[in-house]
Amino acid sequence: MISQVENPIVEIHDLTVSYDKKPVLWDVDLSLPKGHLIGIIGPNGAGKSTLIKAVMGLIPNSSGYIKLFDQDLDKVRGRISYVPQRETVDWDFPASVIDVVLMGRYGKLGLFKRPRKADREVAMDSLRKVDMEAFKDRQISQLSGGQQQRVFLARALAQQADLYFMDEPFAGVDAATEKTIIKLLREMTERGNTVIVVHHDLQSVPQYFDWVIMLNMRLVASGSTESTFTSEVLQETYGGKLTLLSEVGNLLKQGRFPSREQTEVKN
Amino acid sequence: MSNDLQIILAGSFVATACGLLGCYLILRKMAMVGDAISHAVLPGIVLAFLFTGSRDSVTMVIGAGIIGVLTTFLIEFFHKKGKLQTDASIGVTFTWLFAIGVILISVFAGKVDLDQDCVLYGEIAYVPIDLWITNAGVVMGPRVLYISGTVLLIILIFITVGYKELFLTTFDPAYATAVGISTVLWHYLLMGAVSITTVASFESVGAILVVALLIAPPATAYLLTENLFKMMVLTTIIGVLVSITGYYLAVATDGSIAGAMATMAGLFFGLAFLFSPTEGYLVKKLRKGIVVSK
Amino acid sequence: METFLDFFSFSDPNVRYVVLGSILITASSAIVGSFTFLKKKALVGDAVAHAVLPGVCLSFILYGEKNPLVLIIGAFTTGWLALTLIDFITSKSKIKEDTAIGLILSVFFGIGIFLLTIIQKSGNAAQSGLDQFLFGKAASLVGSDLITFGMVAVLLLVAVYLFFKEFTLISFDKDFAASVGLPIRAMELVLTTLTVLAVVIGIQAVGVVLMAAMLITPAAAARFWTENIKVMIWLAAIFGAFSGISGAYISYIAPSMPTGPWIVIVISTIAFFSFFFAPGRGIIQRLITQKRIKKHIVDENILKALYQLGEEEKNFYDKRTIETILSKRTLRRDLLIKSLRRLKREGYLKNDNGLWFFNTAGKNKGQRVVKLHRLWEVYLTQYLRIAPDHVHDDADTIEHVLTPELEARLEKLLNYPSTDPHKSEIPYE
Repeated sequence: MISQVENPIVEIHDLTVSYDKKPVLWDVDLSLPKGHLIGIIGPNGAGKSTLIKAVMGLIPNSSGYIKLFDQDLDKVRGRISYVPQRETVDWDFPASVIDVVLMGRYGKLGLFKRPRKADREVAMDSLRKVDMEAFKDRQISQLSGGQQQRVFLARALAQQADLYFMDEPFAGVDAATEKTIIKLLREMTERGNTVIVVHHDLQSVPQYFDWVIMLNMRLVASGSTESTFTSEVLQETYGGKLTLLSEVGNLLKQGRFPSREQTEVKN
Repeated sequence: MSNDLQIILAGSFVATACGLLGCYLILRKMAMVGDAISHAVLPGIVLAFLFTGSRDSVTMVIGAGIIGVLTTFLIEFFHKKGKLQTDASIGVTFTWLFAIGVILISVFAGKVDLDQDCVLYGEIAYVPIDLWITNAGVVMGPRVLYISGTVLLIILIFITVGYKELFLTTFDPAYATAVGISTVLWHYLLMGAVSITTVASFESVGAILVVALLIAPPATAYLLTENLFKMMVLTTIIGVLVSITGYYLAVATDGSIAGAMATMAGLFFGLAFLFSPTEGYLVKKLRKGIVVSK
Repeated sequence: METFLDFFSFSDPNVRYVVLGSILITASSAIVGSFTFLKKKALVGDAVAHAVLPGVCLSFILYGEKNPLVLIIGAFTTGWLALTLIDFITSKSKIKEDTAIGLILSVFFGIGIFLLTIIQKSGNAAQSGLDQFLFGKAASLVGSDLITFGMVAVLLLVAVYLFFKEFTLISFDKDFAASVGLPIRAMELVLTTLTVLAVVIGIQAVGVVLMAAMLITPAAAARFWTENIKVMIWLAAIFGAFSGISGAYISYIAPSMPTGPWIVIVISTIAFFSFFFAPGRGIIQRLITQKRIKKHIVDENILKALYQLGEEEKNFYDKRTIETILSKRTLRRDLLIKSLRRLKREGYLKNDNGLWFFNTAGKNKGQRVVKLHRLWEVYLTQYLRIAPDHVHDDADTIEHVLTPELEARLEKLLNYPSTDPHKSEIPYE
């Protein structure tokens, strides 16, 4: 149930991620194809956000490695875009819509440079794509949930990346916004971009994604939606609690065991 | 320059430097860390005094400033490695350091030109008479003006050069890291800036007013605008107003200048809190009342 | 030395008063502060401490002289006002809590300093006692002052005793407390009142600026020694009282020194000691445990290697050279030798002229580790669907963690498999 691909755009090898010594993701091993709209699916606490954060280097891994475009993250950051969950940000912050979208260009500018005319054009273009150009000077505190999500998306688009990671972009969003976003994501993949989305609503999975990653503390399955999103796989993903695994994790945390043996070279 | 003007100018320099940095502190929800740093630098100041024998050295500002950054390290150390909750990490660290500072002042009372009360509310009244005289005997003017002016300049450069990075790491640290901007680096740079500003401001306005200037004008500006740049401009204006009105209040009542400035800072905040056209408590109530009666 | 004995013989009634007062004050602050600590509102306590200064000054201005009761009332009023304002600002505007706390703290204190300097300049002789509120002066606790403050302290202790269960509940789990019908608002009100009172009397000893430490630090220190709230509060009280006595003593031998900073130094030292050395949660302790675990892992791996050699050669009790063992498990030579010696001491291995071999106990232990390793590999491949060539590293870690209870559950869950994913046999007893 885990399909590996040739020439993957993302390759995750034996990834274990721990919070405070307790593993929340065990030995995830998968590869993802280019140009697809990929959904990461699983119950609450399954580690879906954790997976993206580990790939983006926001949290350290206990073991394993990740390759993007067959290289290390730091070499290809310019080609990757990340859309965090909406609630990670304080929307009372004194900034306007265009201010936030321009942040997407910061990665390309150096320490001393200001956003130039070309950067502004890219930003406006991104706003157009999400139907928010009229709101360019609006303060972000005055936006609705759906509008905030679209601004985040526009910021990501402004990066002009090839690979996009999005954490729950459809959460708490109105139906019209959802339609706009999914249409945009499809266009992006049609143009050759790869979009990987953490998603929470099972109903829409077959409609939205052509490849799924089924996750619950470990990788249950990864492959085309058609072959992978079956009731059998769903049962395994959402079904049993891995109590044994959980308890072993607790022991690791309590004993503060080193996660990979650091005392010796392996046999 | 008249004495009044010198004092007000010194106050304004300090208020501006503190206020600008304070904007970032309150937006990062780190107001209390700012409070902690401004207390924790005291032992550093006293020690620097003891070692260099005078209070005019750049080394004092830098050395004591390093202690400020170290405070941040300590707080984080107790939180991450010690598993101590954040508020307690902050509280335990800065009270301990401040206590050491007060004792040092007490013990070395003769050798150190500081006393406990001064530490709390500074000696801004002495600005005009505390002159910087070069080795050649040239009177350059009030020493404090040079120090606070220089620090203000450094802060302005820091904020200008790092405007984008500070903006982004304050608004969305995760995204910043993801696009390759080091959130950690800018955090420590900011704390370092707060440190040296605190130290430089200490002897003119004392520990408490520094905190008031770090927090109150930015909080006031925060209620008056939704644009970061405007917020920083407003903070500066408010800081200068605090300086002016505080001074004259102190003169009129023969009270502490620093205390008067802190009082005025609070007053301006109160006014903004009630009457801000967009955010004011009374304004919002009035609007509701009008809507209801319609 | 003489002064030490003089002091601690408590023959001087003044000393007795001061010590009693200091203990009551610091202990009650520590106790009330424990709840503040548990609610993670430590910095609010700091704000209250700073906010009482203007109240003290105002009541002095209005009343004309330094009367402890009047001062307490004044302090209490502005302390309460500060708390109310913090809440009000936070809930009615976009200002965040930390900003509100810092704002109220500095502005109120600034107002206090302003008033204090006006009082000082007014030439009123009685005000000389007021600036002791800044940094504390335990030695000024005499006679009638002590009675007033002492009574308040006793009141605090009684209140905590009466409402202990309720306070604990609302500090821990407000929702649960609400669901069992506890009058949360009323309880919060009482706790807040007690906190402000504790601050008001605490500043006598420690002063306004450092009062926060008296609320937070004893509780933070105590936290490292126990998971039990009652014990924690007792410990906090003891730590607090100890620092109070130390402060009083220092006030005695160095009357020009402010007491507050010394009390804070003592309690902070206790706290740092606790952070590093408390068994269980202390940092040093955890480092020691980690080292021990690493040694344990190395030892088990050696036993495992010896067992595997035994499997290959079909003889578990053969004598092995260091080189042979190294060929099975790469390890630094000196670490290997240390481990072998440890295992011999513990009774798992025997040594004959530089050659090492199992005894029964060692063979059984090695066998168990191998078994756990292979069982875990089966678990990973079956339940986690991990490819067989990826499970070895994980099993290498987990084999050392599994308890006998987990071992039994694992066997049962997998239905006593006979081989691991690499076709090696799983050794059962």
